[in-house]
Formats: sequence, structure tokens, C-alpha cells
Amino acid sequence: MIISRQKEREELLQALSGMQRVFIVGCGACATACKAGGEDEVFRMQENLAKDGIDATGSVVIDEACHIMRAGRDLRHHRQAVDEADALLVLACGSGIQSISSNTDKRVVGGLDSLFLGNVRRFGQYEEKCSLCGDCILNETAGICPVTTCAKGLLNGPCGGMENGRCETDPDIVCAWHEIYERLKRQGRPGVFGRTVAPKNWGRRGKPGRHNVER
Amino acid sequence: MSQLRERLTAGTFVVTAEIAPPKGTQVAAEVETARQLSGMTAINVTDNQGANMRLSPLVMATLLRQAGIEPILQLTCRDRNRMALQSDLLGAAALGIENLLLLSGDHARFGDHPQARSVFDLDSVQLLQAVNTLMAGTDMSGKKLDGVPAFFAGAAVSPEMEPFELMFQKYRKKVESGAAFFQTQAVFDAGKVERFMAEARPLGRPVLAGVLLLRSAGMARFLNANIPGVHVPDALIERLEKATKPLDEGVLIAREMVAVTRDCCQGVHLMTLGHEGRIPEILAG
Repeated sequence: MIISRQKEREELLQALSGMQRVFIVGCGACATACKAGGEDEVFRMQENLAKDGIDATGSVVIDEACHIMRAGRDLRHHRQAVDEADALLVLACGSGIQSISSNTDKRVVGGLDSLFLGNVRRFGQYEEKCSLCGDCILNETAGICPVTTCAKGLLNGPCGGMENGRCETDPDIVCAWHEIYERLKRQGRPGVFGRTVAPKNWGRRGKPGRHNVER
Repeated sequence: MSQLRERLTAGTFVVTAEIAPPKGTQVAAEVETARQLSGMTAINVTDNQGANMRLSPLVMATLLRQAGIEPILQLTCRDRNRMALQSDLLGAAALGIENLLLLSGDHARFGDHPQARSVFDLDSVQLLQAVNTLMAGTDMSGKKLDGVPAFFAGAAVSPEMEPFELMFQKYRKKVESGAAFFQTQAVFDAGKVERFMAEARPLGRPVLAGVLLLRSAGMARFLNANIPGVHVPDALIERLEKATKPLDEGVLIAREMVAVTRDCCQGVHLMTLGHEGRIPEILAG
């Protein structure tokens, strides 16, 4: 899931300066789970903006705001309210914001910052474990990603800053390489320690990424 | 020809020290410090050490060479991708720099530009491989070089790190990837150094143990809290605390560590941090 959080109020008001009426868009998927852009947050945003003299002409929570066609369809269903607004305020991840902006020439204001692709530990507690690098090494690293969970993304073992299995950048974070080492030891196999890992092929991660599933 | 290489090959006990390039363009003081260290075989030039932005180490190392001092150019993976690293390496070779110390680099979070994007396109093992690829006459993409560099490339190791096996697998990878010598993180525990050398000796690479001059108990505690991979044992902190002249006690501690390294290592890398004048005492005996 894409982890996001609402921008600070001051920053948002700055982005909305000069506007009197906005149409608010939320997302029923990740932003809802992150309590950043679901029904509740869209409603509360509407109330808060009213205090600052900005009215909502309407709102919609799209099932998955990253779905470009669906976002377009939902906006068409609310055409009048959208047309009356000075801008669309989108409470979705950067992907969702761009689904909206690719469906309208109206100004689109993003209300969230997107943080990372996150696993859910428990409700409201998210952890980054994959950075979508396009060149997965997990089969050799006992299912622990050093590209993401090592602060330096090292591929050949820990740096000199590892202390008591903790990361030099933050003692609250475990050293990914220490975890990999311990788990491979329990599995009784050398895994990634059996070879020197070559430099990563960042070319496999096209930027911007595109992928078409063959039918 | 690199003196460092000659002396280590000949089995002479080698002493190195280090300087950090200035933050700014005034290089005279650093060149002068390096001159005071002229008894050393070579002087490391740090690369944005501790992730603090300073003048280019490639330029500083070149200035040392011009002053007749042999540099060891430190190069980290934090600030440059594989193209910039290879490019700087070719530049270093063209300027006559032979000795390298190849490092991953401290995370940017520690330094004076915590908002910088850390690169780490390569890690230290892969950088060693890249250097050896250049020395074999091609770049990392296999393209032939017009003029081939001849480096004496070293790497770093933290002999006191636990678990030992995890630290040592990386040491082994660095040896296999062409590291010709090693300089260690500051060491304070003779037993751990001896244990490391017992395992490292069969791999046949010279090791220069890092010896850091402790000024005071406060400094030792600061190192323990803030410098990754450095651990000053409580017993030494206590000695510094009880000493009437802590710096003198620090010199004594450093001298004891040098004595240990004379027995089991191939050299020593001194970190005296502004007290270069005390080096003769540290090396005495």
C-alpha cells in the first residue's frame, strides 16, 4: 500500500491561496487506510476549509484514485460541482493526484505527501520493505531486502557502522545485514554470502516506469 | 612508484596518518599539517569525512603530491555514482595518484548536509571491483581505456565489529575483489585485534591498524556515542578520567596500542586530530 500523510495546514492553505471554492477528491484505497484521504478526512477537510473561507462545491471518494479511467468517470458524474470549483483538492497519493490532473485542465492541489510503499504492521503502523527497484535479490537474502532496509542499500554485507545488530543511522533500526545473516544461518545456507554481488542494474527500473501485461 | 606499496611489499612496518581537506579554499594550513607528518609513509586525504562537505580530496591529494608528500586518496560511494567514481579515478591516475582507500562512506544523515540524497550506486566491494576493472584496461561497461591506471587500492575494515563472522565475510569479499591493503577503524582492544589478525593473516593482505589519540574521557565518550564502529572500552575511559594530564595518558594508551600492532599488524594508521606533534612519542618504544 502507498503510505501517505496530510500536508501541514499552513502549506495547504498556501497552495489554496486566492481560491474560494474547491471540489474535494478522496481515495477509497490506501489514503483511506492511512487516515489521510478517506470519507472521514474528506468531510473534516470540508469543515476545516469552511473556517478559512473556502467552500466545497462537492466531493467524491474514488474507489482507487490511481485508476485513471475510473477517476475520469467519477469526475464526469460530478461535472457541475467540479465546474463550479476554482480547483480540485485531492487527498490521495501522488499517483492519485495525477489521475485527477490527467483528467482535467482545472488546477489540482495535492493535499497529501506520499511517503513509501508500505507493509502494515498493525493498523496505523507502516514499514517500508520494498523500494520497487526492478532487480529483486530477495531469494538470496532470506527474504529481507537490503536495497530498502539497509540505510545505504549495500549489497555485499554490512558497513562499518553496524553496532550490536543496529544501524549506524538510527539505533532503533535493526541492521538489515545482521538480520539477513542471522536468518540465513538458521536456514543453514550461505545465500547471498556465497558470492560477491555485482553492481545493481538500475537500467531495469525504467524511469518513468511502464508495464503492459500481455493478454 | 608508491612508497606505500614498496614498503608494504618489502615487509617494512608502515606508518600513515590523515588530513581532512579544508571547508573553503584556503589549503595552506592543511599542506603545512601534512608537511609536519613528513615522517609518515603516506597521508590519507579524507573524502567529505563524516558526511561533512569539504574541498575535493582529489584536489587536496594533488596538492600534497606537488608538495612532495605521498597521498592516499579516500573515495566514498556516498556522493558519486559509478560514472563519477570511474571518472574521478581516471583523473586521479592522470595526476599521478596511486594509493586509494575505497569506502562506502558515512551516511549523509550524520553530516552537515542531512538533506542530501545519498548515492550508494556501488558499495565498497563493488568499487574495489571497478578499480580493478579499470586497472585491467576497460571501464565497467567493458569499453577499452586509452591509458590504463595503476593503483594501489586499499579498503577499510572494523576488526572489533561483532558478530565476527559477518564482519569477516566482507573482509574476505574485499580481499577477493582486489584490495591490496587494509586500514582499520580505530581499535582499542588488543585481544580483538589479535583475534582478527589470526584470521586475516592467511589471506595475505597487509593491515594497518587504526590508532586514535584520545584527548580526554569526554572525547572517548563522544566517540562511543557518535562515531559508528568506534568503541573505547570503559577501562580506558577510567584511565583518562583518573589522569592528571589526560592527553599524556592518551599518548600512553596510543603507544601501547602501537606496540600491539607492531607484533601482529603490518603498520599503523595514526589519527591524532590536531596533536601531530605527539606522534614521535606515540611511535617511541
